[in-house]
Amino acid sequence: MANSNSPKALQTLLAGLWKENPVLALLLGMCPTLAVTADVKSALTMGLSTSFVLLCSNIVVSLMRNLLKPHLRILMFTLTIATFVTIADLYLKAFLPAMSDKLGPYIPLIIVNCIIICRAEACASKNGLFISIIDAIGMGLGFTVTLCMLGAIREILATGAVFGKQVLPVISENWYLTGGMPNGFIPMFAFALPVGAFVTLGLILGLVNMINKKTA
Amino acid sequence: MDTLTTLVLGFLSIVIVNNLVFSKFLGICPYLGVSGRIDMAFGMGLAVTFVVTLSGTLTWLIDHALLIPNNLDILRYVCFILVIAGAVQLVEMYVRKFFPALYESFGIFLALITTNCAILGMCLFLNLWKVDNIVEAVVLSFGAGIGFTMAICIMAGIRENLQLANVPEALKGAPITLITAGLLSMAFMGFAGMIK
Repeated sequence: MANSNSPKALQTLLAGLWKENPVLALLLGMCPTLAVTADVKSALTMGLSTSFVLLCSNIVVSLMRNLLKPHLRILMFTLTIATFVTIADLYLKAFLPAMSDKLGPYIPLIIVNCIIICRAEACASKNGLFISIIDAIGMGLGFTVTLCMLGAIREILATGAVFGKQVLPVISENWYLTGGMPNGFIPMFAFALPVGAFVTLGLILGLVNMINKKTA
Repeated sequence: MDTLTTLVLGFLSIVIVNNLVFSKFLGICPYLGVSGRIDMAFGMGLAVTFVVTLSGTLTWLIDHALLIPNNLDILRYVCFILVIAGAVQLVEMYVRKFFPALYESFGIFLALITTNCAILGMCLFLNLWKVDNIVEAVVLSFGAGIGFTMAICIMAGIRENLQLANVPEALKGAPITLITAGLLSMAFMGFAGMIK
């Protein structure tokens, strides 16, 4: 049983990372992807909270999949998700209050993150517990990694730092008065603003298209 | 400042300055998914406006009449999502009965209004901004809907023209739409600071 399961399990796990990556291939969950990726720390928090909710909701949906009535399906999914999001929200408020303030309404907005409903509908309501858990881990990991990558690009371009640590020496003020070449990295604040989010994600999607075309 | 001025300023600010799509990234999925044709975009905008006004008002009432007096804050998200799902069901039934053609062309996107973050986001913002007046809550939620309609219609207009443009192969589809959205949001940044 374990032998016949393991290739499928591995495939499911890897699918979430690249081929069916929720952000890059399925274009799901765009709102948090764009809203909280101004720096890596909030991107990581968001990715992990979403993964937690995804894992819990996949487990619950998979366990109750035989009891679901088709027309009440979506409502049950949403209520399950809302419950776990409340747990995640209370946890963040208690242990990471600063981060919780910063993310604000985007934590409760995990409820309407399409990735979670999509996985509940497409995977957990049709498959057993094991595959559902693996699927949630793969998708959650893919989502978190993509968010962090986007966060890193935007943070380094906007401030010259990654994860709050300065990696590029920021240019000194009034450098142009001393004459000569700029003596450091010029921060591009636009990347911390909505413009940066849209344009960065657009260019990354273009890059993914190019890579997919080459390998196909 | 008298009430009317507050209301007008609040309305303008949510439509232009704090536009949900351009500054809060809410409602991006339908914004990218349904903005292919301008008539569909307009219909979608109206449906969202109706749902957001209805559910913004109802959730504000539930929040202030039931949840806060009874210290039931913990049930807030569950209640909000139930109200929104109910309102969407109402719109879906209405559109299917009276505009069957529109219903066909929307397909799955009509049901997906439930998971439109603009709506839940607006209900949460009403709570976060501590709006303590029902009229203000109604005006703000209606403004949010109008702002969304405006954003999605502008986008649809641009995309209809974009079909004739020569876009690089790799950027076709979603990437160029996102970059266009970025440029649009930069244009709307010009309004920032207009209303305090």
